[in-house]
Amino acid sequence: MTRSVDWLQLACFVALLALITKPMGLYLCRVLDAKGKTWLDVIFKPLERLTYWVMGVDPEKEQDWKLYTFAMLLFSLVGCLFTYAILRLQKYLPLNPQGLDNLAPHLAFNTAASFTTNTNWQSYSGESTMSYLSQMLALVIHNFTSAATGIALAAALVRGIARHSAKTLGNFWVDLVRITYYLLLPICVVFAVVLISQGMIQNFKPYTTAKLTESYTIQVAKTDAKGQPVTTNVAVMVQAPKLDEKGKPVMTNGVAVMADVPKLDEKGQPVMTNMPVMVDQKVEEQSIPQGPMASQVAIKMLGTNGGGYANANAAHPFENPTPLSNFLQMLSIFAIGSGLTYYLGRQTKNQGHGWSVWASMMVLFLAGCLLCWWAEARGNPIHQHLGVAAADGNMEGKEVRFGIFNSALFATITTDASCGAVNSMHDSFTPLGGFVPLFNIQLGEIIIGGVGAGLYGMLVFVVLAVFIAGLMVGRTPEYLGKKIQAYDVKMSMLSLLVLAVSILGFSAWACVSKWGLDGLNNSGPHGLSEILYAYSSCNGNNGSAFAGLNANTPWYDATLGIACFVGRFLMIVPIMGLAGSLGAKKISPPSAGTFPVSGATFVVLLLGTVLLVGALNFLPALTLGPIIEHFQALQGKLY
Amino acid sequence: MKELLVQLRGAVMSTLVLAVVCCGLYPLVVFGLGQALFAGKANGSLIVDSKGVVRGSRLLGQPFSSDKYFHPRPSAAGNGYDPTSSGGSNLGPTSKKLADSIAQNAADYRSQNGLDTNAPVPADAVTASGSGLDPHISVANAEVQAPRVAKARGLALEAVRALIAQHTDKPDLGFLGDSGVNVLVLNLDLDGVK
Repeated sequence: MTRSVDWLQLACFVALLALITKPMGLYLCRVLDAKGKTWLDVIFKPLERLTYWVMGVDPEKEQDWKLYTFAMLLFSLVGCLFTYAILRLQKYLPLNPQGLDNLAPHLAFNTAASFTTNTNWQSYSGESTMSYLSQMLALVIHNFTSAATGIALAAALVRGIARHSAKTLGNFWVDLVRITYYLLLPICVVFAVVLISQGMIQNFKPYTTAKLTESYTIQVAKTDAKGQPVTTNVAVMVQAPKLDEKGKPVMTNGVAVMADVPKLDEKGQPVMTNMPVMVDQKVEEQSIPQGPMASQVAIKMLGTNGGGYANANAAHPFENPTPLSNFLQMLSIFAIGSGLTYYLGRQTKNQGHGWSVWASMMVLFLAGCLLCWWAEARGNPIHQHLGVAAADGNMEGKEVRFGIFNSALFATITTDASCGAVNSMHDSFTPLGGFVPLFNIQLGEIIIGGVGAGLYGMLVFVVLAVFIAGLMVGRTPEYLGKKIQAYDVKMSMLSLLVLAVSILGFSAWACVSKWGLDGLNNSGPHGLSEILYAYSSCNGNNGSAFAGLNANTPWYDATLGIACFVGRFLMIVPIMGLAGSLGAKKISPPSAGTFPVSGATFVVLLLGTVLLVGALNFLPALTLGPIIEHFQALQGKLY
Repeated sequence: MKELLVQLRGAVMSTLVLAVVCCGLYPLVVFGLGQALFAGKANGSLIVDSKGVVRGSRLLGQPFSSDKYFHPRPSAAGNGYDPTSSGGSNLGPTSKKLADSIAQNAADYRSQNGLDTNAPVPADAVTASGSGLDPHISVANAEVQAPRVAKARGLALEAVRALIAQHTDKPDLGFLGDSGVNVLVLNLDLDGVK
């Protein structure tokens, strides 16, 4: 059931996004110009100069595509090692009031890889794993720098498209510093304070203990004076068909009735085992986590990082206290990526092109959002058969304050972009509702996309679309006056193929391995979806999850960490090669045969290219996961 | 080689400088502003009773099971409403475990609130939230529970319903999000804790 007030929210979101796109784009033009002036120069210009001086960087000197890429790779490597070291040593470092232990090597590797690549896949639970220092330093540094890196790379590609006969694409260090100081930091300070006003925490206190109004009892393992678990020797039970007095199996409706019987060894003796003794424990207190959350959440959203402070991420009432904080968080995920399309139009002196790219993204966004919303509002027929009110939709894994619509909208946005924050548990979505975020990621997160990453990902599709259009009319394809040649198409295809090969390859490996199947929380087609989602999320640098998957095992941590690197850097290098090649080309004046890269024809062609590539790569796998599960859910099949 | 060292210095020094600015100065500035402007919220929206005892946070749910209190949603956070292990059940749409638990929750909910054995139940009453800490239940869910609470406390139904209305968080700006009844605040109010 879709309510009119929800349509109003959707309209309001799209309208506000459209409104901020131009101002954001104009501001980006200033930030991404080494000599650009902004009204924040008063505060940040001295700091910017000081930073260059400490780094030993000459801001006037531009880099060619190879040096630009090399600087970016080196910076990512240093940051990754920095984070790995802190996580492995957090017990010995300050700001750890809960006394949390060092991370295991595989978890520290996975986390460092994931945060360096703007993925923010989390194999850990923040509240019980990360000290305040690890959260603030080891993780937040990447929330800023991986976002700035993405935007810098997009700017370099746009420069390659806009310039002609150029050897250089800008200076990576200048882009990195300027984006962080003039774009990310100022917005984050304001945004974080607004989030606090909604109820988000920001402090350095140890966890608060609250007295429960009504205590309750739980069963815990009994321990002796030395802290060792107390065990008791009991018989191992197995299931066997129940027999009647005559020794015949008892049947009901043609099926044997099963009963628990003691398991016997060869000698007919019962097999015994040690079981922990359970005792009742009264719980009278609630431990309330504290910490510097708002500062981290602001950049987590704005920089499309998505790594939650708490395990429940943006579903946690501290991390997303009100529908207003939810709305602003969704808007901030799209803000910079949307502005970058305007930046593209401005730099290439073809604003129609920028808006056409934006419009293509919006079409895909709305399609995904409507499908996900419809599926979740329609609910789960299995649960409705058990008596769940049909009008309420599928509320498993969702928060009351967000309801169906804001959960579906958030899920669509966070996977359109490479954010990966979640305000509801995608694992518990209906099959088609969960299909949307999964397919969004597999399309390459080019629907607005991660900051920077979305634009350069989409521009690869633009090059392909122009190439296909050129083939159809039998002319040398041109993009904004530049001839698209074999090298450019090869680089574009390479960056797309890396994604598909890595997602499907790793998923297939996990599906046929014991370590892969052991991590599953759900079986049947949904189990495949969990694995597929995990590798799609890491390759796509998204970070959201079908979170039932227990991925904190050496094999999963290692393969998912590698997937993060593959999805980020093996995609970026060919794209930078493309940027270098385009920048060096001459611009020929448009003729009657030039394919226009703005307007409805272009949008349709671009959408066709995106969907064709995505569908060809992933529909076979998706058919075995969410699509088959949809039909099984309709039939009431359970696993 | 010289170029490599130049770039390496850039990488190491930029990491250190940005760590100081983004991970040191920035959270401290936000901390200062937050504590100055919204101290109560920045410290967890804690509810403190007249004796100075912290009773919880108005943003985090707590478990309640006796008849005289409104019951929150089922929770998958630890043993239930454990804020140190927030999260959902993550059980999928065709999970038998999930279907079984919903059937059990629905049966319990019906018997507690005197509903017919096949009566539809509000979805939020039988499903776990995403965080396991959802402070809210739907208004429909609260309305179903109201007669039970009124009876257990010997209060007039109208008085309990008035309290529900009082502790219903309405959509922000009139249209964002869904209405929800804050269970902890409502229950504390029933107990006379302000």
